[in-house]
Amino acid sequence: MKFGLPEGPDTTGRIIKICILAVGGQGGGVLSGWVTDVAQRAGWHVQSTSVAGVAQRTGATIYYVEMLPRDPERPNDHPVLSLSPSPGDVDILIAAELAEAGRAVLRGFVTPDRTTLIASSHRMLAVSEKIVPGDGRADSDTVSRRAGEAARRLIHFDMEAMAKKAGSVVSASLFGALAGSGELPFSREQFEATIKAGGKGTEASLAAFALAYDRAAGGEAPAAASETKAKHGEGTVLPKSLKRGWEALSARAAALPQPVREMAEPGLRKVVDFLDLAYGEDYLSELERLVAADSEAESYTFSREAAKYIANAMVYDDIIRVADVKTRPGRSQRVRDEVRLGKSQTLATTEYFHPRMEEMVGLMPAGLGAALEARPKMMKTFNRFIDRGRRIRTDTIFGFGMLWTIGGLRRWRRGLLRHKVEAAHMREWLQLAEAERGRDYALGVEVLKCRRLIKGYSDTHARGHSKFDKVLGCLPMLRDRGDAADWVRRLREAALADADGVALDGAIKTVRSFADDSGKLAG
Amino acid sequence: MAERSFAKEVKKLKLGAGEEFTGEGILAITKALLQCGVGYVGGYQGAPISHLMDVLADSQEILAELGVHFEASASEATATAMLAASVHYPIRGAATFKSTVGTNVASDALANLASGGVTGGALIIVGEDYGEGSSIMQERSHAFAMKSQVWLLDPRPNLPSIVAAVEHGFELSEASNTPVMLQVRIRCCHVHGSFIAKDNVRPIMTVADALENPRRDTQRIVLPPASFLHEKEKVSKRLPAAIDYIKRHQLNETFGGSGKVGIIMQGGMYNGVIRALQRLGLANVYGETEVPLHVLNVTYPLVEDDLVAFCADKDAVLIVEEGQPDYIEQALGSMLYKAGASVKLEGKGMLPMAGEYSGDVMLSGIGAFMRKYGSDLLAPEIRAPNVPAPPIFDDLAKTVPMRPPGFCVGCPERPIFAATKLAEQELGKHHIASDIGCHLFSIMPPFELGATTMGYGLGPASASAFNSPDAKRRSISFVGDGGFWHNGLTSSIGNAVFNKNDGVIVVVDNYYSAATGGQDILSSRASNRTKSTKHPITDAIKGMGVKWVRHIERTYDVGTMRDALKEALTTEEKGPKVIVASSECMLNRQRREAPLKKKAIAEGKRMVKTKFGVDEDVCTGDHACMRLSGCPSLTVKHLDDPLRDDPVAAIDENCVGCGNCGEVADAAVLCPSFYQADVISNPTGWDRFWFGLRQRVIAALQGWRERGRPVFGDVAA
Repeated sequence: MKFGLPEGPDTTGRIIKICILAVGGQGGGVLSGWVTDVAQRAGWHVQSTSVAGVAQRTGATIYYVEMLPRDPERPNDHPVLSLSPSPGDVDILIAAELAEAGRAVLRGFVTPDRTTLIASSHRMLAVSEKIVPGDGRADSDTVSRRAGEAARRLIHFDMEAMAKKAGSVVSASLFGALAGSGELPFSREQFEATIKAGGKGTEASLAAFALAYDRAAGGEAPAAASETKAKHGEGTVLPKSLKRGWEALSARAAALPQPVREMAEPGLRKVVDFLDLAYGEDYLSELERLVAADSEAESYTFSREAAKYIANAMVYDDIIRVADVKTRPGRSQRVRDEVRLGKSQTLATTEYFHPRMEEMVGLMPAGLGAALEARPKMMKTFNRFIDRGRRIRTDTIFGFGMLWTIGGLRRWRRGLLRHKVEAAHMREWLQLAEAERGRDYALGVEVLKCRRLIKGYSDTHARGHSKFDKVLGCLPMLRDRGDAADWVRRLREAALADADGVALDGAIKTVRSFADDSGKLAG
Repeated sequence: MAERSFAKEVKKLKLGAGEEFTGEGILAITKALLQCGVGYVGGYQGAPISHLMDVLADSQEILAELGVHFEASASEATATAMLAASVHYPIRGAATFKSTVGTNVASDALANLASGGVTGGALIIVGEDYGEGSSIMQERSHAFAMKSQVWLLDPRPNLPSIVAAVEHGFELSEASNTPVMLQVRIRCCHVHGSFIAKDNVRPIMTVADALENPRRDTQRIVLPPASFLHEKEKVSKRLPAAIDYIKRHQLNETFGGSGKVGIIMQGGMYNGVIRALQRLGLANVYGETEVPLHVLNVTYPLVEDDLVAFCADKDAVLIVEEGQPDYIEQALGSMLYKAGASVKLEGKGMLPMAGEYSGDVMLSGIGAFMRKYGSDLLAPEIRAPNVPAPPIFDDLAKTVPMRPPGFCVGCPERPIFAATKLAEQELGKHHIASDIGCHLFSIMPPFELGATTMGYGLGPASASAFNSPDAKRRSISFVGDGGFWHNGLTSSIGNAVFNKNDGVIVVVDNYYSAATGGQDILSSRASNRTKSTKHPITDAIKGMGVKWVRHIERTYDVGTMRDALKEALTTEEKGPKVIVASSECMLNRQRREAPLKKKAIAEGKRMVKTKFGVDEDVCTGDHACMRLSGCPSLTVKHLDDPLRDDPVAAIDENCVGCGNCGEVADAAVLCPSFYQADVISNPTGWDRFWFGLRQRVIAALQGWRERGRPVFGDVAA
């Protein structure tokens, strides 16, 4: 694979061309400075350039270095070097992040005849990937695979994690990987001398350098693989009084067909954690009923999805759950780990809440809540006192105690308005899915999966609900078509593509257009 | 305080004759100025010459020792007008700015300066922000040189050539009484190389000497009838003098052998042309080639006889001229036609009319030219290449996300636009005019706010037509503090007051000219040893006659910001409504505070460090918070939970604790996932007592509850 003209009698063979692609703020400038310095210290000719400016602010940036050894016969002559990389003409490409490696391949800077690609496998997500209501992340596997195909040699591991481990930043581990790759004819000591000359954060940089050097030079295997992850369900601790009840439920979950069990076991833990064992019993009874009507020929797909989404529907996000989650010991520990709280340090935590009357009503006994909800004027009056941002200090006894008390309301949940609303909504959705399954198995499964659209709090939650309703509102138009399930899937994906529902409205329009057409034909 | 400190590098400016200077292009230019005995320098920052201004600012001691006056000009027009000091006095002066935007601003002063002419050498160093990574519209400085009749240098992009261009620039300017522009492209500004230094020279006359001995010459002032004579003088005296100087000192260079096909190029294109020839097997690594090359280190004026002579014995010449229109090619065509030449002239056609002449563009253009006219020079495989088409990675192209520049972690401008989005959610969409500066990133996702950008400080001016008593809605316009002082105060605020504009103007005040690298401006809050700072923007606005002014002192307070916008958009009050939204640029703040905090912690002082986090069990993965943020530190992660489809929000370790995500979640009523963690280093005894007591009570409550319920390791931790 070549870009442009063939190399043929190219006279630049002795020049080593190094291109660095980074995201602004990642330290690409430091890295290119080091690369330049190591060559300069070795007495080589070296030239580096960059494009600085506004483009550096968190955007994709590029640095370029060319170097070649001095010719002893022409000690005073200077080579003419290029100021920018050319497709098909790069020897070493360093990508400080995986998507940038992909960009380098697209730009033709990585070619199988010559390029060593040194790429950190971690991702720094672009804004466009993060703002999607669903999962907008680029597929890393495609990038890795194409990078491997395009490069002569690929050095590819998580250099960011390595740098963090050493208390440094990715530029140091990238420099280590470059040194360890052996692609530049300088010794390890020469590379390290460059870092030492920098003077700032030298020890951490050298540590990150060393880790990446060893890995790239083919040394020890990554340490990450040896860390075994806790398996699901491990670490369960039960009070004596609940032991027998829980074991009975576990046994029932274990008796479900394999595909269903995979979801039902975490699902059961989730719902019991949310309320109590009886709630888990409700969950399992529902599942057992659905499994009985399901078939092995369909690999219990419907029941499996039901196991997943019923658990999610039963565990709705109310103030009680939020308060409960935020006052658990596991959570306290996680925050400490995240901020790496030292022994001599202390910690204060502040929670950002903004409750509204709607949420408060949900906390009331169903009758009272419903009565209040039916009086918008009253709601508005009360809301004036409720609707404002509240910062709650969960490291203080008062703040923590307040949330802890709200979390304890858990046991009365069944009588509260929010529970009634959620339960009714779930029933309706499940009945619809079951009814569709009777006619069209795949369509029933897709209806179940639409539960994914309901998430978020307040306005976002309302928008999720309206999308859910919009998608399922198309069922009458689709019901008797062979590709109905496929269309519901497409509608759901459209609903997850953007926040305002533009893609969904477009998709619904398409559904309408063919529904109208077939109506005309039938007429 | 500028983004990058050159305190270490400026020591190189003291190098003496025979010593080797190693460093970046812009630093080499500064050294060259001192070697030329420059008497005063000034300019306005902007890529790619921001660092040149920073270098000058950091080298004020050295400048003072030599008696050189340095000025951080208010605008490019100011910088160019400053060169008036060279009109009557034999003082060498230099001004620098970003081109072509800066040259646009400067062109009034430039035209006047060029008309009267100069006595002392006047050099304008323009940094070309063209091609990859450019942040401005793509235009040529060449047009300014032609219209004002100033000379344009475009040296080969290596340090010795750039330094020589500075030296010749001053002499050429003095020999022809004309200001000279030195054009350096972005990569050339940042190219790392070396040259042999000379001693610095004190100016033959300092500005102090001139002040003590004022001179004037009515003939040099631009007013009829002198101005009529100036135009004639430009053609009859100055141009011939310039051409004479260029020829005598061979500023344009000819390389290569005596072949039948040649290449003429702008000096800045030289390395690119050589690389193409190297790859075609026609030049060695030292640039030695058989192909005749004529390098125009001076691109205006062109030296007609040299060019006609170069073409005389050739079958074909290729002109490598970046950007459009093709001024040089047109001029050369006219010269050759008048000379009755038969040489075939190629240029735009073999090479693209528009766009950067990158490596692959050069290779294919020069390759095509050589195959057509000089194929006997080429190796067989290059004469008739058999190149497979490059692979198409459709899947990869679809996968790799765009990554335009955006707001930094903790940027104080992010909450301003989150607030604008929230105000629009309530009041509907408005016409929004943007301006130049970091705040222009508002036009990108996730905010997508702003319809136009018309020039530095011209945001509110560009909304001035949207002022109608028939409309219920007002326009919103943004201007940064940099643009405000550059020319926004008069062109935008003054204009809005005078024309009774009813629109809303937001001044984004981050204490610096942040987009250009954090240089101080009038309203900067820092003490600056050599400049006068701390002049409130609100005072200036009120002084201009604005009645409705609100000052938000903490932009992260999204709710207050949103309410101020709502009030401005709905108030009955007439005239411009100006909101000044102030918070320090986080990049600069971190640079200022981080080392101090680190030191304080090491010294055992009590220090609070804030970081934000997300409770992953509370986050439902709807990402509404990111659609109001775009913070690089606020990202998503996938949980190891089979029940969850979508990734949840997460805050990485780069978080600076600005609070935007929590404030947005509150103001937009998003979700209760966010928490703020304040870590106190070196806590006092009191801190430790309370912390210990609280922790014991909290642990007791937690334990009591945990004992009564099943606890699963993998849920709701």
